[in-house]
Amino acid sequence: MHKKTIVILALVSFTLLGFTGVNKYFIITSEDVALKIPKGFPKPHYKFKNNKPSPEIFVLGRKLFYDPILSKDSTISCASCHQRIAAFGHIDHALSHGINGLIGKRNVPALQNLIWKDAFMWDGGVNHLEVQPLSPITNPIEMNESIAHVIEKLKHNQLYAEEFSKAFGDTAITSERILKSLAQFTGLMISANSRYDKFMRGEDTFSIAEQNGLEIFREKCASCHEEPLFTDNSYRNNGLKPDSSLMDKGRSAITGDQFDEYKFLVPSLRNIEMTYPYMHDGRFRKLKNVIDHYASPQNFTPGAAKEMYEIGNLTEQDKKNLLAFLLTLTDKSFIYDRRFVDPFVQ
Amino acid sequence: MIFSMATLWVATSFTTRPSGGKLTIIFDHYVGDKVLQLDTVTYNNVLGQPFTVTKFKYYIGNVHLRKTNGTEVAFSDYYLIDEEEDQSKKINLVLPAGEYADIDFIIGVDSLHNCSGAQSGALDPVNAMFWTWNTGYIFLKLEGKSPASKSSGNVFEYHIGGYKQPANCIRHVSLTFAQPVSMENSGNRELHIKADAAEILKTPTAIDISVLSSVTDFHNATTIADNYMDMFSVLSVN
Repeated sequence: MHKKTIVILALVSFTLLGFTGVNKYFIITSEDVALKIPKGFPKPHYKFKNNKPSPEIFVLGRKLFYDPILSKDSTISCASCHQRIAAFGHIDHALSHGINGLIGKRNVPALQNLIWKDAFMWDGGVNHLEVQPLSPITNPIEMNESIAHVIEKLKHNQLYAEEFSKAFGDTAITSERILKSLAQFTGLMISANSRYDKFMRGEDTFSIAEQNGLEIFREKCASCHEEPLFTDNSYRNNGLKPDSSLMDKGRSAITGDQFDEYKFLVPSLRNIEMTYPYMHDGRFRKLKNVIDHYASPQNFTPGAAKEMYEIGNLTEQDKKNLLAFLLTLTDKSFIYDRRFVDPFVQ
Repeated sequence: MIFSMATLWVATSFTTRPSGGKLTIIFDHYVGDKVLQLDTVTYNNVLGQPFTVTKFKYYIGNVHLRKTNGTEVAFSDYYLIDEEEDQSKKINLVLPAGEYADIDFIIGVDSLHNCSGAQSGALDPVNAMFWTWNTGYIFLKLEGKSPASKSSGNVFEYHIGGYKQPANCIRHVSLTFAQPVSMENSGNRELHIKADAAEILKTPTAIDISVLSSVTDFHNATTIADNYMDMFSVLSVN
């Protein structure tokens, strides 16, 4: 009997401790939302001007990011396609998936270090972090919703009246508040703690293969995938044969300039291990396929960027070393960062 | 530049209080010489194609009023003028005392405000005057129906925007008053500006609705912008 009581007490206290632990896990402090520019990173493009990070606004942005209420039939959230476990890309999906089972025409880009970007989407069509969410929200093959209707739905949800009030001081729900809170959540997704970063800070060492891979990378890849962001935010034609069913001409749809045909934004390579499949249309399942393509100038389509031809052929050993290096860009502490975890599971 | 900004500031902050007055700008929408009626009235373009108008709205910004002595008064707000919203067609401005010779404004939204992220008021994307896939405000929407249109439902839609070259659709408008407008003694004055939707289809390029029934991105946008540039005129000052 006595023994039984102890067991029950132990269970109760364990459960209580457990709950306390869960709550603490989700609590966001002002320290959690303080902008820390990683050593060696340039000045960010988005400076949180008129949108000073606060725990309450960040928490609201996180809730909106994970809430399917943003889509027309409340089935798809930002996180449906930007999955944390895939470094906020879409694991194993070549093309984005929208409501009603619709398939988009491009691969979901991974999210990280967004405040260093001056444009968004594979074609650079979106010019500001704050207005970025409007694109997937309104796209008929993504969330197919209007921002006006999102506001209506949020107004009918008591939970959000409280969240907006905590974040902004009153219960008014406006597009500006929705977009700024999302910008705080996504803007603070900073990935700068991979083994590469630790190596650069002198906190970790590379294997010989990784070291050789880094040298090959710097010689052959870094002119576009510029360190430390691993992109120069430019648009290039990487010599891929256009997919005849997608008919995607990339950047030229934005600029109207034929010289931009088949150019796409150079993506960052950070966390690339997690973001398969690869390329703007997700055509390559493995990193090895990507490296093979870049090392096969004979296969490039006319119009490929001149940098593509500077890569030349790589030996099998070069490719293995390059792959070993690319895997050092995985940032586990970013992927498992408690601040970015789905709040609806708490 | 600093000097002229200072002049503006002096003009607005010192001279408003003693005398000055309120100028209400009223946008009167027409199709040619007929008052615009949505949906119900059929008009003809210069090619003789009949059409009705179902939507007519546009942005006005960078409003400047210039005095006869050369000083300018500037207003930084944007206004979304919408045929469906009577209140939107009236702009109230408080002006310092003086004799005013002309008014300048832009049709559209300047580059800075196209690159400023989330905004409120007239520039709130909730107003459905914002392109989400190629960031930028839609400066003007003219929609309607015409049997000449080969689009589904015989509709035509001209959504014109774009702040970057070569498809920059911002257009400057400068209207000179027939006689200087005097603002003084806290008086209220009304300026009626005619906005003629027919001009959007007329000069310099006559739009054939059977050929061009839809403009919703940079394709053909500047053609329409060059047309809407001269759609405004001063009707009266009371």
